[in-house]
Amino acid sequence: MADERAPAQSGAEGGPEDRHFGHADRREHAAPSISLKADFASNHGTDEATAGAEVVLDVRDVAVYYGDFRAVGGVTLPIRMNEVTAMIGPSGCGKSTMLRAFNRMNDLIVGARIEGLISYHGIDLYAPNVDPVEVRRRIGMVFQKPNPFPKSIYDNIAYGPRIAGRRKGLEEVVERSLRSAALWDEVKDRLKDSALSLSGGQQQRLCIARAIAVEPDVVLMDEPCSSLDPIATNAIEELIRQLREAYTIVIVTHNMQQAARISDRTAFFTTNVNGGKRTGELVEFDFTDKLFTNPGDQRTEDYLTGRFG
Amino acid sequence: MASTLLDPKTKERVRKQISGGGVDWRGTTFVVALLCALLVTLAILVILVADQLQLGWSVFTERLWDFLNGSLRSQPDDPLIGVKQGLVGTFWIAVFTIFLAFPTGIAAAVYLEEYAPRNRFTSFIDLNIRNLAGVPSVVYGILGLTIFVQQLEWLTKGPTLMAAGLTISVLVLPIVIITSAEAVRAVPQPLREAGYGVGSTKWEVIRHHILPYAAPGILTGTLLSLARAVGEAAPLILVGAITGRLASEGSFVDLGQLTERFTAMPIVITTWASRPQKEFIPLAAAAIIVLLLFVLVLNATAILLRNHFERKREGR
Repeated sequence: MADERAPAQSGAEGGPEDRHFGHADRREHAAPSISLKADFASNHGTDEATAGAEVVLDVRDVAVYYGDFRAVGGVTLPIRMNEVTAMIGPSGCGKSTMLRAFNRMNDLIVGARIEGLISYHGIDLYAPNVDPVEVRRRIGMVFQKPNPFPKSIYDNIAYGPRIAGRRKGLEEVVERSLRSAALWDEVKDRLKDSALSLSGGQQQRLCIARAIAVEPDVVLMDEPCSSLDPIATNAIEELIRQLREAYTIVIVTHNMQQAARISDRTAFFTTNVNGGKRTGELVEFDFTDKLFTNPGDQRTEDYLTGRFG
Repeated sequence: MASTLLDPKTKERVRKQISGGGVDWRGTTFVVALLCALLVTLAILVILVADQLQLGWSVFTERLWDFLNGSLRSQPDDPLIGVKQGLVGTFWIAVFTIFLAFPTGIAAAVYLEEYAPRNRFTSFIDLNIRNLAGVPSVVYGILGLTIFVQQLEWLTKGPTLMAAGLTISVLVLPIVIITSAEAVRAVPQPLREAGYGVGSTKWEVIRHHILPYAAPGILTGTLLSLARAVGEAAPLILVGAITGRLASEGSFVDLGQLTERFTAMPIVITTWASRPQKEFIPLAAAAIIVLLLFVLVLNATAILLRNHFERKREGR
C-alpha cells in the first residue's frame, strides 16, 4: 500500500544515512570565472564512466503543439540515469515546454498535445492507459518561482507521501528529505512554522525536498535558480551535484555557465522563425565539456560565444 | 563648452520645480471626494440605527424578554406581542440557506471553474447565472409558490417554513455561485502546479489547495448572500407568510414546524410598520433592531472564519 521504494543506488544496506547531505562539506567557491573551460574542469572526470548509463527517459523525435501551433519540435533526447542533463538556449525556444512534457504537466493546458514518443523505463508516457498522477509521482518537478504550499514546513513535505498512501513513518520521510535538500539544520526546530516564512532560497530548497519526498526517479527543474540571489543559487547548485547520486536530474537553465558547472550532458535549443511564428528546435545534444569546448553546430558556437541570445 | 545646467537662471528654475512645489489640487479633491462618499455611507448607517434605536428604546427597557418571547398579535398593547415567531422563521431560513444554498453553490462554482470545458454552452450557462442574480426577488416568490408550495406539496405540506427556506435558498444560489467562482478563479496557478507536481489528483488539488486558498473569498460571498436571504420580504409574502395571528408554538428546535405555517422577521417588520396605530411604531423599530443584531451575529461569525482562513493562507 505505502509506496516504499528503496532508492535504486544506495542498496539494501544504505538507508537514510546515505542521504544526509549536511552543510559541513560545502566547498569554498572562488569568484565565478569567465572562462567556461575552467568551470567544468573540476566537475566532469566521470563523463566517460557514465557514457553507457541506462536511459531512464527516452525522448524520440518529440514535438509539442498548442492547438495548431508547434511550440518546439525535432527533439530526440535520451536522459540517462544519475546524470544531470541541462537544456539551454535563448528565450522562447521551448525548453520549459519540452520539460513539462516529460511529466505530463502540459496536460493542464487546454489544447496541448505531443507528437513522437516519450518512454519512461520502456513505457510510453502518453499511452491512453497511463495515469498522469502516477507519472508525476515518479517524475517530479521544481518550478521557476518557489511555490511552497501555504502550510507548515512539515506539511509541505509530508503532503506528497500522505496522498500517495503512506500513513506511518512520515517524520522520517520529512527529516530525510530535508537533509537531502540541505535544509534540515536550518528548519529542524521550526517544522511547524509556515513555509512562507522562509527566505526565497530556503523556499526553493523546500520545494526540492518536497519533490524528492515522494521518492521519484527523475527530478525536472525549470530554471530553479532564476529568481534567487547568487548565494542561494550556489547552495542549490551544490545540492544538484549531490542529488545526482540518487536521482536523475533534468534542468532547464538560462545561465549557460550554470549548465557548464553542474551538468553531465547539455542540450542546446534555439528558435526558428517560421513564417512569422517562432518555433523551437533541438540543435545539439552532447557531453557538456564537448558541447562547450567543441560544439558541432555553428548556432551552438554563436550562442556560447554570445553572438546572440 | 559650459553645460546649460550651470546657468544660474536654469538652476533657479529647476530648484523651483523640484522643491517649490504647488499643491496637487486634483489629487486632494479626489481624496476628499472619496472620504465624503465613505462618510455619507457611514452616516446613513448611523442615522438608520440611531433613529430606530431611539424609536424602539421604550420596548427594550420596559419589556425586553416578553418582546423576544412574544408572538404576533392584533393589538399593539397586547402584553404577549413579540418577535419570537419571527425569529424562529428567520433562523430556519438562515439554516436552509447555509445547508442548501452554500454547498450547492460552491460545488457548482468549483465545477464551472475546474471541470467544465470552455465552450459556448458553458459561457451561456455563466451568462444565465449572472442574469438570475439580477431577477427581482418577487419572481422567486412566484417560483416558490408554484413549485415548493404547490407542486411539492407532498414534501413541504404547502405554504410552510420549509417552502420558504427552499425559496430563499434558490434566491441566493446565483450570488453564491458567482462569488465562489470568482474566488476559485483567483487561486494562483503556481499553487495548482505545485499540487499536481507531487502527484495529486484533480480532486486532491481542489480539496487540499484550491478550496482552502479560496475560502476567504467564498466566505465573503456567502456572508453577503446570507444577509440578503435573511432580509427578503417579498418572496415570503407570496409563499404564504402569516401577517396576522400565527398559531405555532415558536420553538427553535422543533422540526415539526418546518411543515407548518410560518412567519419571519422581515414580514413582522413590514406588517407592524404598515399598521395605522402609532403604538406599533416602537414595536416595528424594536423588531428592526433585533433583526439587525441577528444579522450582525451571523456576519461576525463569517468574518471570524474568513480571517482564520486568511491567516492560514498567509502563513501567520
